[in-house]
Amino acid sequence: MSEREVLELLRENARYSTADIARMTDLEETEVEAVIEELESAGVVRGYKAVVDWDKLEDETVRAEVELNVELDRETGYGDIAERLARFPQVKALRLVSGDYDFDMEVEGDSIREVSMFVSEKVAPVPEITQTVTHYVMTSYKEQGIELGDGDEDDRLSFSP
Amino acid sequence: MTFELAERVQTVPPSGIRRFFEIAEERDDVISLGVGEPDFSTPWTARDAAIASLEQGKTSYTANRGKRELREAIADYAADRFALGYGPAEEIIVTAGASEAVDLAFRAFVDPGDTVAIAQPSYISYEPGVIFAGGEPLAVPTREEDEFRLTVDALETAGAADAEMLVLCYPNNPTGAIMREEDLEPIAEFAREHDLIVLSDEIYAELTYEGEHTSIATLPGMRERTIVFNGFSKAHAMTGLRLGYALGPADAIGAMNKIHQYTMLSAPTTAQYAALEALDSCDDEVREMIDQYDRRRRFVLSRFREIGMNVFEAKGAFYCFPEVPEGFTAEEFAEDVLREQGVAVVPGDVFGAGGDGHLRVSYATGLPELREAMNRIEAFVDEHA
Ligand SMILES: Cc1ncc(COP(=O)(O)O)c(C=O)c1O
Repeated sequence: MSEREVLELLRENARYSTADIARMTDLEETEVEAVIEELESAGVVRGYKAVVDWDKLEDETVRAEVELNVELDRETGYGDIAERLARFPQVKALRLVSGDYDFDMEVEGDSIREVSMFVSEKVAPVPEITQTVTHYVMTSYKEQGIELGDGDEDDRLSFSP
Repeated sequence: MTFELAERVQTVPPSGIRRFFEIAEERDDVISLGVGEPDFSTPWTARDAAIASLEQGKTSYTANRGKRELREAIADYAADRFALGYGPAEEIIVTAGASEAVDLAFRAFVDPGDTVAIAQPSYISYEPGVIFAGGEPLAVPTREEDEFRLTVDALETAGAADAEMLVLCYPNNPTGAIMREEDLEPIAEFAREHDLIVLSDEIYAELTYEGEHTSIATLPGMRERTIVFNGFSKAHAMTGLRLGYALGPADAIGAMNKIHQYTMLSAPTTAQYAALEALDSCDDEVREMIDQYDRRRRFVLSRFREIGMNVFEAKGAFYCFPEVPEGFTAEEFAEDVLREQGVAVVPGDVFGAGGDGHLRVSYATGLPELREAMNRIEAFVDEHA
């Protein structure tokens, strides 16, 4: 139970201090530390990252969602293809999905050209891949559960009954 | 010419919160823990229902008592959640906020000169409401030693046995106190013995963090003498939509409706559509908001203890009620911490007898702001206490 609670809080904000989490859950700080350590060593928590609103930064980062279709043969499974693709540092997320295509891949690069080259020169030539469709991200409104943009100013009065 | 105010209106002093509001206006970095309303927005599906009703041109008055469908939904909700069995046809009235319902009750049942006992500290509108109705408020102070629960002892000491009516507000604004069934039983007995009408403002009922809320109306012999108030402002984050309701015996609700039909006609129609949807499909959102409040509650209580301020273990609503350090009155503390640190809290005196020496601290504010506000309070206390 406390594991779930701590996990939820970390997902809300990975930078909550263990002291804050302890205050919110009525656990001892040492217990919170132990739970987090356990979550990390069991591989439930795989890492901590910042959620970035790229539109707020000057330098351009180009992101694309790439749909991949594959044709499997006797020797090759989805896992083999995934393993090969996941190694590329340009690939930020890779998921096997149901529906019209097989893999859903997030790619990041410094320019549209760079991302296009990556897809056409590194991904498309993989023998099992039969088709790629690249969607460039134009604007992001929500990332990892966090709404981007400035929509939530608090215009309540400072006092109310 | 000048308007000569009616004496009833003159008697009521200006709200104790106003002066602080003016100070807060002078700074632009104020973190407000002074609010009595959720920081969440109304759940989307409820907003969508309101929008859809507007698109369909549903902008006429409804039945005086509120849309039949909504009263049915309220009846089901009250029965399921709080074991309150009331019929939608005659025992429920939908109003413009619980505020209107409370006012209707005062006007319907208080005769000039009638005494209305009010368990305090409590929500600031009851006393003026009684006075506007021509009645006389009687303060019944609750004490921190009793966990701010109302006791028969307090009722007797205050002379509530001679009152016509008793007003309860649990979970309580401003203390966050709750009354469990065993705490309510002796109060119910007192009310029966002295033939008191009980007005029970249960607008924070959903925001009960330990155990389940019990309504005094569910105790033996209490249904026939109690009016229960609730609404959508708090748990459903709908303050601005202005929708509340009252549950009570048919005669009593009928009397309230008599006033309502000549003054308000009916509660806002758009809000009634939102409320219907809120009851129908927003349980998960309500649950999520309650979880968030609970985390913040623990956080704030724990921080006050670390700071070394005595704090009452609030178990309901979204307030906690710390004691100010020695050497301060609540007013002084609230004013100085606002001027020096830009943290807005409300002095407990505002809420009536028993509130002095305390602060109402609302945690209906995001955790990052709460954390910063608590750090500033800590800095203030370190410097001055
Ligand atoms: C105890 C209590 N009752 C009633 C209200 C007002 O509720 P409504 O918005 O439904 O009029 C409040 C608001 O702060 C409150 O604290």
